[in-house]
This record gives sequence, structure tokens and C-alpha cells, in this order.
Amino acid sequence: MTDLTQAQVRERIEKGLASRHRKEKLFRGLGIGSIAFGILAVVILFTDIISKGSGAFVQTAIQLEVHYDQQVLGIDKVDDESLTWANFTGVIRQSLRDRFPSVAGRSDKRELYTLISSGAPFTLRDRLAENPDLLGKSERVWLSADDDVDTFVKSLKDSKEGFRGRTSDQKAGWIEQLLESGELKKRFNTTFFTNGDSREPEQAGIRAALMGSLFTLLVTLALSFPIGVAAAIYLEEYAPKNRWTDLIEVNINNLAAVPSIVFGLLGLAIFINFFELPRSAPLVGGLVLTLMTLPTIIISSRAALKAVPPSIRQAAMGMGASRMQVVFHHVLPLAMPGMLTGAIIGMAQALGETAPLLMIGMVAFIVDVPTGVTDPATVLPVQIFLWADSPERAFMERTSAAIMVLLSVLIVMNTSAVLLRKKLERRW
Amino acid sequence: MQTPTLFALLLLLILVAYGTGFRRAVSTARSLGGVRNLAALPSYYGLYTALWCGLPALILLGAWLVFDDAIIRAMVLNSIADKPEMISGQNLLYAQIQNLAAGHLIGEKSPELQSAADYFSLLRSRSNNLQAFLSLVLASGLAAFALLRLSPKLRAREKVEKVLRIALIACACAAILTTVGILLSVLFESLRFFQSVPVTEFLFGLHWSPQMALRADQVGSSGAFGAVPLFTGTLMVSAIAMFVAVPVGLMAAIYLAEYASKRVRSLAKPILEILAGVPTVVYGFFAALTVAPFIRDLATSVGLEASSESALAAGLVMGIMIIPFVSSLSDDVINAVPQSLRDGALGLGSTKSETVRKVVIPAALPGIVGGVLLAVSRAIGETMIVVMAAGLAANLTANPLESVTTVTVQIVTLLVGDQEFDSPKTLAAFALGLMLFISTLVLNFIALHVVKKYREQYD
Repeated sequence: MTDLTQAQVRERIEKGLASRHRKEKLFRGLGIGSIAFGILAVVILFTDIISKGSGAFVQTAIQLEVHYDQQVLGIDKVDDESLTWANFTGVIRQSLRDRFPSVAGRSDKRELYTLISSGAPFTLRDRLAENPDLLGKSERVWLSADDDVDTFVKSLKDSKEGFRGRTSDQKAGWIEQLLESGELKKRFNTTFFTNGDSREPEQAGIRAALMGSLFTLLVTLALSFPIGVAAAIYLEEYAPKNRWTDLIEVNINNLAAVPSIVFGLLGLAIFINFFELPRSAPLVGGLVLTLMTLPTIIISSRAALKAVPPSIRQAAMGMGASRMQVVFHHVLPLAMPGMLTGAIIGMAQALGETAPLLMIGMVAFIVDVPTGVTDPATVLPVQIFLWADSPERAFMERTSAAIMVLLSVLIVMNTSAVLLRKKLERRW
Repeated sequence: MQTPTLFALLLLLILVAYGTGFRRAVSTARSLGGVRNLAALPSYYGLYTALWCGLPALILLGAWLVFDDAIIRAMVLNSIADKPEMISGQNLLYAQIQNLAAGHLIGEKSPELQSAADYFSLLRSRSNNLQAFLSLVLASGLAAFALLRLSPKLRAREKVEKVLRIALIACACAAILTTVGILLSVLFESLRFFQSVPVTEFLFGLHWSPQMALRADQVGSSGAFGAVPLFTGTLMVSAIAMFVAVPVGLMAAIYLAEYASKRVRSLAKPILEILAGVPTVVYGFFAALTVAPFIRDLATSVGLEASSESALAAGLVMGIMIIPFVSSLSDDVINAVPQSLRDGALGLGSTKSETVRKVVIPAALPGIVGGVLLAVSRAIGETMIVVMAAGLAANLTANPLESVTTVTVQIVTLLVGDQEFDSPKTLAAFALGLMLFISTLVLNFIALHVVKKYREQYD
């Protein structure tokens, strides 16, 4: 090496320069490619979900001339008991037969009846209960169509043929007839937001799951925020540096990385088997999620406490405040915005969690909207999981729609956390 | 009295106790010539009284709520002469009694059952009355006791702060309790499992088929608990995930830290972080309904055979999920590398990529390794993606296009639905949970240790 002249060295460097620059470009390209891959994944994920789910927000309805015939209904007055027994299905069948008088034969008629959702009799019952004068009279009502009809009508705009599935040529003919006469339309799907789960896609909604999620989150928030903040205060402001506090710290960091399903096992073995708390209840779900989010909240609360400058503490102590007064009167209010952001992020995590709730039986088929923390309930992510397993095409649409609702709630929560941090954060 | 009303009443009592203590202190201070003659501020006297009033009563009430059902159950069951031996039979009987007492049971009822139900209702109402009476007496009695002790010399603030401090310590111990709870719950059930299935068979057996035979001659229900196919399945899915996440996450972090302009960084980083906020059930849906069919069709078009629940689909989507995890952890450690190291390398004439590859990455390596280990533990414990997109069949295979099953999938399938707690099938889930807990714990421990050690180096 030492024998080389300056010119020779220069020549060698310049020789390698081209390939070095090529490598530089390649490396840079790999970096850009990685970021592009990540962004592409986000875009594909969202467009996929939105394209699959946006259809669920509208629903096909069929207009029928309904005659509330006392004879068909089998009642002569309108009260609670007679409404329970009244034969509204018969009324709907009668009006379907009137609409398509040419249909004869048992199997054809039976096929005709499947145009309308099996939930439609309840719509009629509610209408009659609200307006008893209708008994014996006729009116034109929009009734929700069966999910096969719904799927078929929605697929018509993509291709001329449409997705047939279980829909026969004859049925498709009826549907086209209704479409041409304007007796079939797509309307906003309110059922999706007002109903609980159902085996029939056109009657299934997310109301029960949303309420279940709400109750579960309330329990989680009510427990994890105070406990987490108290633990953070102790560890940050009081704890002497010794083995015991080291152990607690290591524990918290480890718990933050324990798989969520293990918390579900804990909930099953301790809360349900040992304490015999009710299965499928938001109370138990909230307890399990509390244990799961606690590390997140403790860690972020500690960071918030750490960000309060020591001068505040010293000033308060100099004025004769006790240690407890320093913390609760001065440090805690200043650290609160940071703690709240941490809590919101923890809650967002809890809202999206599914696996531990499967363990404690929140996978039940829940039709009724829960009214308290001990009612059987399910939560939104679990509802998504249940629907994703259902074979009906219409359920796929609803799964994606439920995902869209879940994601929008999460986006709102995370954005509010970011805004809160920006607005209230103080730089010292 | 119903429990919510009782709680409301107790709350009211506590407020009254606070007010009385506070007013007593103020009036005493007035006769002494000012608040400064008291040992503490009047509000602390109020808190002192309120704590004496509320704390013991609430603890009593809590204990009552936890234990009363079990005690009533034991008493009711003891009153029945010929009760079934089995626990499940007793459960059924007790549920019948409860339904009868609530008036839900329609149909024939034996006189014995009816008398047990009457006894149950009697005990219920007695327990409710006693609970209300005892807690209210305790609360008001202790409040009166505290009021008697109030004096200008009483150091109320110190006493109140002591109680608060104990409460803070108790909250900090919640983390330890959780760990202990996890350990106890999985350990005990696992030990019961290992009584019926030897540990060696579980750890080294090659055949997994947890269906237990109901009859001796039943086909295909041998009940084999060799967990090796689950371990290899988990490892394969995690390996595929890391194969996606580590290069992409690391390169993204390097680009964002070393090359990107401020604007690109402030735009690209939050978008990548979105991936971390998407719930896993959404990824599972995406993997099962979009990625898996796509991969199957792709494989068929090049003449390969792929299962519609291939390990590749689950692993790929899991990798996408972990990208932001790897990138944000690597970003932190890369930013922690001192600028002087970069300046030195650049000054010697190396290109930017050479600086990164030969100086920055080696310096940040321990932190990156720690981050990757954390990501691995995340991948092993991930549940929803594999439950929805990977299969149930325990295949021992190395082909990523075939379907495999993982530890978490089996835990979910074994425990969802009806279960009895004495069959090895259910207990096996806890043994798998123990394996999962131990392996992630070890990974986390090493990772946190590595990261911590590395941080100290440059601080």
C-alpha cells in the first residue's frame, strides 16, 4: 500500500466510485420501496374493507299494498296480547299473492314468499301497535327484502347478470318486474344500527355489540385509570429505589408484552371459575381488559409525571406543602393531559381487542341489546369475528361495514388523543 | 335492601361524616382563635372522619358480595338430603333451585325442591338484610368514634396521608398480582393436565388430536397431545411474518431517520403507525377473505397447490401488522446513535449508505436485536390473524402453502364453546398457555435487558 503514488490511489478510488454510487442508489431505493410497501398496505387494506362494506349501509326494500285483514290476522281488536298472536306473516303472503296473481302452485308460492325478509311481520306489528285504526284498512308499506334479494339487486350494477346464488330465474324475473315499476328501492339501512345480532343478515345489526363495547370500556376505564395513575404516582414520586420497586418495574414492562390471549386464560381461570362471575358479561370483559391495559396506562402516566420539572415540586415543598399535597395539588394537575392521552390510547387498544374476550365467553350469539354490566353481551370486534365466519354473502358485507364503524371510532379516539396532546402539552 | 341503594346510602353517610368532621374542626378552631391553632387543616379532619366511616364498611360490603353466593350455595345444598355426588350435577340442581325461587321454572316441582327454593329465598333475603344492617351500623358507629377522637392536637393530615399512601402502594402491586394470577391460573391447570398426559409426550409428541373418545371404539378420537406440530406451525407463521416485517421495518426506519426530509417524515411516519392501530380482527378478516384467496389463485396459476388457509397468508398479513412495531423501535435506537459517529464516517469519504451499513447499524445493533426479539414475541402470541386465516389441522410440514395450526389457534378452539374443567382437552389449552407465557416471557426479558444495556452505553 505504501508504494502507491497519489495518482494511483486516485485512480483506484475513481474506479470504485461508480459501483459505490450504484450501491448508494440501490440502498436508497430499498428504503423508499419499504416505505411505499407500508403505505401500499394501508391503502389496500382500507380500500378493500371500504369497497366490501359500503354496500351494507343501504338495504333493499319492497313496497307492498298491505291489507290488515281481521280474518287473516285472526284478531278483532288491537291490544298487546292479540298483537303477539296475530298472523302478520299471513297478511304479507296475501299481499304478495295479490301483487303477483299469476303465481300458482305450492312451490312457486313458497318461493314468492321468500322475497320478503322474515323480520317484516314485526315491522307490520309495530305499525299496527302504533296506529290501531289501521285494522281492517290497507296501506302501502316499504318492507325490507330478504338478504338473497338484497345481494342480487346490489350485484346487478356490477354486471348485467348479477350474483344469483340461491336466486332462481323466476325470482330474478319478479325482482326485475318490481324494479321496473319502482316498487323496489334501496334505502338507508337503519336496521344495521338499531338491531342486535341475527341469523338473518338483513335483520342483523351492531347495536348490541356497540353497547357491549361501551359497557366493557366503561368498566375498563373506571378501573384502569385510577389504579394506573395511583401506581404511577407511587412508582415515580414515592418508591424508594430498592429490589421490590425494581421487581414491580420489570413486572410492568413484561406484562406490557405478554400476549393478550394469556390475559384471557387468567380471566377464565380466576374470574369465571374461581370467583364464579357471570360468563359473557361486560363486567368480566372489563376486568380482563383492565389488567391488559394497566401496563400501558402506568407507563404513559409515569412519562407524564417525569415531564413535570422538579422545580415545581421544590417550590411547593418550599412553601411548606407535604409530599402528598405537592403531588395532588401541583404535579398531578400538570401531568393530567399526558395521562389522559395515555388513557385514550389504552382504551383504543382495549376496544380493538378480541382474543381474551373469546376466552371468557363473550362469543355468545346475543340478540338483545345489553342494559347493564352483568347482562350477556358481545363486543364489536367479537361480532366482526362471528360474522366473518358466516357463510352468507350478505354477512361479508356487514362484517366490512362493522369494521368500518370500529375503525372510525378508533380513528376518532386516536385523533382526539393527538389533538389533546398538541393542545395541552406544555414545554418547560 | 338492594345493593345499589345500599351503596348510595353509604356514600351519603360518608359525605355527612366529612361535613360533620369539617364543621367540628372549624367551630373548634373558632373558639381557639383561628385555624392555625389546629394540627391540620379542617378538610383533613373531614377526610379523617369520612375514611373511618367509609373504608371499613366498604371493605365489609365488598367481602360480603364476593363470598355470600358461595356460602348460601353450600348451606342450601347441605339442606338437601340426597344430592348428586358430581359437581356438575350439583350445579344443575342449584340452578334449578335458583330458577324456582325466581319463579322462572315452569312444570312439575318436587316438594323437596320447593322447600330448598324457599330456604334459598329466605337465606337470600336474610343475607341482604344483614349486609345492609351490618355495613350501616359499622359506618355510623366508626364515624361517631372518629368524631369523638377529633381534637385540635390530632394530626389528621398525617393519618389521612398514611392511608392514601397505602392505597397507592396497593395499586402499584396490582402489576405483581396480575403476574402471580397468570402464573397460578396457567400453572395449576397445566399441572392437572400433566397428571393425565406425560410432559415428555406433550413436548416431544408428533401427533396432535385433542378430541377425546366418548366411546372406546370411536374412530379418530384417540386424544393425542403431542404439541410439536403446533410449535413448528407457530414458528413457521412467525418466521414468515419476521421475513416480511424485519427488512421492511428496518429499511423504512433507516430511510426515515437518515434520508427523508422533514416533510416526508412527518407524512410517512403517521401513515405507517396506522398499521399499528388497526385491530387484529380486521387483519384476520383481511387475511382470510382477501390475501388467502389471492395467494391460492396465484399459486394455482403457476401450477402449485395451495391450501386456502395457507401459512403464507397468515404470516404475510402478520408481518404487515408488525412493520410499524419494528420500524418505530429501530427508529428510536438509530436516532440514539451519536451524530459524531456519522460525521466521522462521512468525513473519511464514505457514502451515506456506507455510513449507515458500516457505522450506524453496527452501533445500533443491540437495540435493533432487542426490538426484533420483542417483535418475535408479538408474532408468537398473536391470535386473531391465525385463528381466522390459518387452519385447524395440525400438519407437520415445512411447506408454507399448506395449512398449519398454531399454539394460539388451539387455545382458542379448545376453550371456546361448552367445556368441562376436568377433561384433558380443556386443560391442554392451559398447558399451551403456559408454554406461550414462558416463551414470550423469556424473549421479553432478553429483549428488555439488551435494550436497557445498550441505552446505558450512550447516555
